[in-house]
Amino acid sequence: MKTLAASKLGKDDLIATYRLIKLGRRLDERLWQLNRIGKVAFHISGQGSEVAQAAMIKAFNTKRDYFLPYYRDMTAAMGWGVTAEQIMAGSLGKAADPSSHGRQMPNHYGSVAHRIVSFGSTVTTQYLLATGVAYAALLDHKDYVTLVTTGEGSTAQGDFHEALNIASIKKLPVVFAIENNGYAISTPNREEFAVKQLAERGKAYNMPAEAVDGHDFTATYQAFAKAVSRAEKGKGPTLIEVMVDRLTGHSSDDNQNVYRSKEEMAALKENDNVPLFEKQLSEEKILTPAEIANIDAEIKEMVNQATQAAEKLPAPAAETLLDHVYA
Amino acid sequence: MAKKTMIKAITDALDLELAHDDKLLVFGEDVGKNGGVFRATEGLQEKHGEDRVFDTPLAESGIGGLSIGLALQGWHPVPEIQFFGFVFEVMDSIGGQMSRFRYRMDGSRHLPITIRSAFGGGAKTPEMHSDSFEGLITQFPGIRVVVPSNPYDAKGLLISSLRSEDPVLFLEHMRLYRSFREEVPDESYTVPLDKAAVAREGNDVTIVTYGAMVRESLKAADELAKNNISAEVIDLRTIAPLDVETILTSVKKTGRVVVVQEAQRQAGVGAQVAAEIAEKGILYLDAPISRVAAPDTPYPFAEAEPDWLPNSNDIVEAVKKVREF
Ligand SMILES: Cc1ncc(C[n+]2csc(CCOP(=O)(O)OP(=O)(O)O)c2C)c(N)n1
Ligand SMILES: [Mg+2]
Repeated sequence: MKTLAASKLGKDDLIATYRLIKLGRRLDERLWQLNRIGKVAFHISGQGSEVAQAAMIKAFNTKRDYFLPYYRDMTAAMGWGVTAEQIMAGSLGKAADPSSHGRQMPNHYGSVAHRIVSFGSTVTTQYLLATGVAYAALLDHKDYVTLVTTGEGSTAQGDFHEALNIASIKKLPVVFAIENNGYAISTPNREEFAVKQLAERGKAYNMPAEAVDGHDFTATYQAFAKAVSRAEKGKGPTLIEVMVDRLTGHSSDDNQNVYRSKEEMAALKENDNVPLFEKQLSEEKILTPAEIANIDAEIKEMVNQATQAAEKLPAPAAETLLDHVYA
Repeated sequence: MAKKTMIKAITDALDLELAHDDKLLVFGEDVGKNGGVFRATEGLQEKHGEDRVFDTPLAESGIGGLSIGLALQGWHPVPEIQFFGFVFEVMDSIGGQMSRFRYRMDGSRHLPITIRSAFGGGAKTPEMHSDSFEGLITQFPGIRVVVPSNPYDAKGLLISSLRSEDPVLFLEHMRLYRSFREEVPDESYTVPLDKAAVAREGNDVTIVTYGAMVRESLKAADELAKNNISAEVIDLRTIAPLDVETILTSVKKTGRVVVVQEAQRQAGVGAQVAAEIAEKGILYLDAPISRVAAPDTPYPFAEAEPDWLPNSNDIVEAVKKVREF
């Protein structure tokens, strides 16, 4: 693993990144609790990819660029500017949810104000939408870069291939990310594709592509920084496969014990990206263990406050049921 | 005989037919080891082997095309589309190919495919996971659309579908999967396709419906009986092609009709039923045909679901109106 120092990010940046990672984890844990007591109807978790998500978005200008996330990208969405309270409002189906005002499923992160386009539930459709968003940057002579993500199983859809093809033909300023966590619900990678790494798919479209270990913050950050720089220079799209873990079931409706062994889960826990990042922080003397513990306490309090505030928000009004079908 | 949920009845039907027909193949996303996200194929891979029951990549158009090719070579594919909201990804296979193959080939080829899919609202899983898109597929002559309303029918209709020479879309309403149990024989039996059932006999009004709205209509009929209104409930079971004869026989008797569907009002199965009655049975009618359906919006947010979905109260109100006309 590369050192955090090798990222050349300053101490403040790395601490802010750590806060984001920890917030991603603690908020996710809270959402599971709320699901189990029946307050949140559904939850789908990003545990196991927080570091990768934080590294990915760090490479973008989140005040300029567009993001089309998929449902595991809670940490990334917060890194792009969405607040914990807004995320909570979405999961509780409140009118203040910036994504869809409670109309979509939870975890369909979006925000007009933050240039985040929410996911349409049908996997991989966001890859095609991203080509349109990116093409508009060329047509409008705008300098934004577009980031789009998906899971590895979803690359089996035709949409994935159609998107890479047109992006490469038109040299679109877009970064295609795959968060490879080894499973599509219960289906393991060997049943989804016959290549060793999905980054190999880049060749088929004459597109630069690489696979990175999502536990390695610096390597992931650097891969995306390179891709953003290519897009900015008019050199076209890049495909990045980030190797991550799925530490939980697919969603709150899934029982992964049916298809994953206890040993497998235990091994993943040993390699949990969040404590690994904390270890790097203290080994490189960016934060002391005591400072890390303090930050965690602060984050927990933030999650409490976000939960309490969001719970008090109103649900969408039933009278709005017929609104916005047509202009 | 044992009391079973609808999902158990469906698993039983697949299990029996996998044993009965060695050309039957069950496949789709997560149907193997996981037994399907709703558990409809639970235990089938272990029992019948990985050649007969297998996971596919996450690609619905791939699943559709694979099914057609296998069927051309004499296999009986039973693909699962995990949620019917994702049917758009396989629409060409269904509407552009499968449904018209027999006709296009002038009867020289046929495709015995049964597509199973979970659909319908009320389980607090918002849009794309709750929609009722069955009306779309009824636009394609050549594929049957079958929607069971109870465990007994689900098993018998599924076995009939699996034995049919033609493609069938078999739609399983998620809210019915586990909400009640019914006596279901352990052995194999069939329930006829293309044949509506009289779910409850009555003389004053005919309620024509299908799927989860059959339960709501029966509930409404109980309520109406308290006011001495005797409602007949027709469960269409196969929504394409329609059993117009059973509908007309009932309408002739009652002279009043309410058509009920969970789907949005515009176009759809209810509109087709109403049109058939208007065309062929208008002289039997003592009141205009009434329809109960969801409003013409995309599937709504969880908070609004109870208001949006048609229910037994809406049906009671509609029946009272056609009675008072
Ligand atoms: C077109 C379509 N088919 C099926 C689904 C149901 N579904 C939701 S997530 C998922 C698995 C996705 O796996 P992967 O791409 O690996 O992403 P992960 O969830 O592992 O992050 C499936 C099958 C869907 N949302 N869209
Ligand atoms: Mg995956």
